[in-house]
Amino acid sequence: MARALITMPSTARRGEVIEIRTLINHPMETGYRRDAEGTLQPRDILRRFSCRFDGELVFSAELNAAIAANPYIGFFTVAVASGVLSFSWEGDNGFAQTESRTITVT
Amino acid sequence: MSARPALLAALLLAACTSAPDPRRSGLELMKPATQALQRDDSQNPAMLWVQEGKALWSGAAGTSGPSCADCHGDASRTMRGVAARYPRFDASLGRPVGLGERIAQCRVRQGAPAPLPESQERLALEAYVALQSRGLPITPDADARLAPFRERGQQLYQRRLGQLNLACTQCHDALAGGQLGGSVIPQGHATGYPIYRLEWQALGSLQRRLRNCMSGVRAEPYAYDAVELIELELHLMQRARGMPLETPAVRP
Repeated sequence: MARALITMPSTARRGEVIEIRTLINHPMETGYRRDAEGTLQPRDILRRFSCRFDGELVFSAELNAAIAANPYIGFFTVAVASGVLSFSWEGDNGFAQTESRTITVT
Repeated sequence: MSARPALLAALLLAACTSAPDPRRSGLELMKPATQALQRDDSQNPAMLWVQEGKALWSGAAGTSGPSCADCHGDASRTMRGVAARYPRFDASLGRPVGLGERIAQCRVRQGAPAPLPESQERLALEAYVALQSRGLPITPDADARLAPFRERGQQLYQRRLGQLNLACTQCHDALAGGQLGGSVIPQGHATGYPIYRLEWQALGSLQRRLRNCMSGVRAEPYAYDAVELIELELHLMQRARGMPLETPAVRP
């Protein structure tokens, strides 16, 4: 499984704007590069990132070939209630990874 | 006793302390956006390797061997300052070894397959161990047995290499701060290895960087863990003595 780093506060006040930062280990091979022997490297990129709060979509992004390896995605959201935030990355070759973090809203 | 010698000593001391250090880390030459990437652990992609290194530190070596933590305990305590002292002399091999090779030796002794140079495993552990010395001054080991190797490293630094017939010193001392193509030539202080290099899109060791420069001047690079590369590292660390360690650094 790929390593992922998620930086976000574990507690927040209701209505507070919080910043969430994510990093994931992924080669983001474009599909346009050739190796030393001249053979085309098959594409292997992440296609979609989404963040859900108790199943409800909070943020999502589509990723394309021009995005660097180990993509960093940061976004803001409003803390409304305590619960679980799940982060999923989906990509080529059946890549799928989900991480979750709990947040306590007071 | 007259006051004059004391005054002279005080003046001399003031002159010594006020003279600015001309050495500059490559960090200062980077664009602000790249500097921000290094300074913020939540954005620095090298932290992905550090996280893996942390997991490896407490996981079993190989299938059944003890973990790093079983012998060395809490890395933040036991590994503090370690990376700032490497390379060190290995009595059993009769030559100096770098931190990455030292970690690999230890893994093999505990029954794990040897992590190859530039493998994820070795880079991750090296980055995790070196992170524990972040901010500490580089303090080269004073072991007298290292002296001849360090001397040879200094000679290699000044020797012209390859079809372009260039020595390290010609760019990194004489032309540092100037431009090579679109990039600024740094002074070549190895203060942040292993580094996340944007060009590589991955973490890499000082040896990878040195080999890069060697093929850049059309010389045949030394093999990984070759004694020549360790000698060069010894000289570079002596040159960067006292500068703070930045691992894991980001470079363009």
